[in-house]
Amino acid sequence: MMDKLIFGRYIPGDSFVHRLDPRAKLLGAIFYIVIIFLANNWATYAVLALFAFTAIYLSGINRRFFFNGIRPLIWLILFTVVLQVLFTSGETVYLSLGPIVISQEGIINGIFIFVRFVLIIFMSTLLTLTTMPLSLTDAIEYLLRPFKLVKLPVHEIALMLSIALRFVPTLMDETEKIMNAQRARGVDFGEGSVFQQMKAIVPLLIPLFVSSFNRAEELATAMEARGYQGGEGRSKYRVLHWGRNDTLVMVAFAVLAAALFFLRT
Amino acid sequence: MDIVFDKVGYTYQKGTPFQSRALYDIDLMIKEGSYTAIVGHTGSGKSTLLQHLNALRKPTEGTVTIGDRVITSETENKNLKGLRKKVGIVFQFPESQLFDETVAKDIAFGPKNFGASEEEGREIAERMLPLVGLDESFLETSPFDLSGGQMRRVAIAGVLAMKPDVLVLDEPTAGLDPKGRREIMDMFYRLHKEQGLTIVLVTHQMDDVAYYADHMIVLEKGTVMKEGDPREIFRDADWLKSKQLGVPSAVEFANQIQKQFGWSFSTLPLTTDELAREMKPFLLQKEAERQ
Repeated sequence: MMDKLIFGRYIPGDSFVHRLDPRAKLLGAIFYIVIIFLANNWATYAVLALFAFTAIYLSGINRRFFFNGIRPLIWLILFTVVLQVLFTSGETVYLSLGPIVISQEGIINGIFIFVRFVLIIFMSTLLTLTTMPLSLTDAIEYLLRPFKLVKLPVHEIALMLSIALRFVPTLMDETEKIMNAQRARGVDFGEGSVFQQMKAIVPLLIPLFVSSFNRAEELATAMEARGYQGGEGRSKYRVLHWGRNDTLVMVAFAVLAAALFFLRT
Repeated sequence: MDIVFDKVGYTYQKGTPFQSRALYDIDLMIKEGSYTAIVGHTGSGKSTLLQHLNALRKPTEGTVTIGDRVITSETENKNLKGLRKKVGIVFQFPESQLFDETVAKDIAFGPKNFGASEEEGREIAERMLPLVGLDESFLETSPFDLSGGQMRRVAIAGVLAMKPDVLVLDEPTAGLDPKGRREIMDMFYRLHKEQGLTIVLVTHQMDDVAYYADHMIVLEKGTVMKEGDPREIFRDADWLKSKQLGVPSAVEFANQIQKQFGWSFSTLPLTTDELAREMKPFLLQKEAERQ
């Protein structure tokens, strides 16, 4: 069921992109998603696509992974594109049928939106495929540090994030295990009316919650037994290291933004 | 009801970049009324294999025949309920599948899914509790108030309540104390003997294999390496060790005696009872030598 999801998975490797500092990658991906909205003509989209494909090439990851990443979202994308094509009025109208208008502007807009979706998915897939989840939380903790000034509990948020990420696969396994156990006792998941389907989830949800409570209690005890007393005065095992390449990547993003400003109409 | 595997293979996440082969070329047969033990190193595919026994997973290659149903990769997910009733599986740490308000309701959950009425379910629960060594006072307690060992018993009772023809056990005694372990294993054996229940046991405890099983399957890296009578398989201790498996403690002891004293046993003892019997001639001879 969850087997097919490529989204959010990490593929170990040793490429230029893999070696970058997670802060650089996270900042870069966010920045890219923001500036993609500056693009409004063919030239700007071409520059953005070129940038994304260069990044993918530098990561050394098979392109198939990226196309697989789009697949679960393709219907959502096509739905948006079709709406855009059908309901954008413009000067050169090809077909007009009541509220439905197919115009040149609509088609072009549809294509732009399609490209925008694909590029955003490519860049975020690239981020998760090349960065370990734990490194990402480290990066988030670092980047949130300024918010300590407004009393945001940054350490706690980062700790919760890393524990949550660590337990995602464990909980997935547990879910599948309990599902199998209940199916062996005659439960049909995903069959029958909506009400029946909802009722079938109870024997899955309750054991999951109970085991999460137990696990939380055990984990808290184990952490205290190992001397954990909160974020104050802790040192770090994984130290982030900002190198020359990271600065270079930031410069590349700045150049990209400048190019977009220059080329947009 | 026999279960037959014919050239069965299973690949996880087939057709994705993450695919991995868990089983291949599996040919085996679980005869009606037999007690089969499946052993193998961690990651040898035991758990994947046992999910094929009641069609929780469908083979990606080959066919699994359960009774008169044939399961292939094309079999649809519908109408498999009948199979699930006939083949009960007690998964590892089955206490994690408990969810209902009372022990009675939880035990009756399986039978009710297969069409039993409220009263029948209740009746079955009352009959199942003593079978797993708990008395009727537990019927109305919440399963979450019980101790770990008691929860395990309730979970097992919930599977037995479906009256399966074949009972599949995935390390049913992992994490239990020696007494509870013995009690539960003896209970399964009694059901096997008295009601002719077919049992498939997945375990790392070679002593359990030696005491109870009459058929043994050794898995390694997703395929069957050896299959047959446990006595035959345990004879080759070195081969088992090369597969990172052990031999029962009685066999280990007997092998030491054979090595150190050049003594050979007429039959290889598998259990402590057999060992005691087989040791007698050896001790008598030693005694005679001393005098």
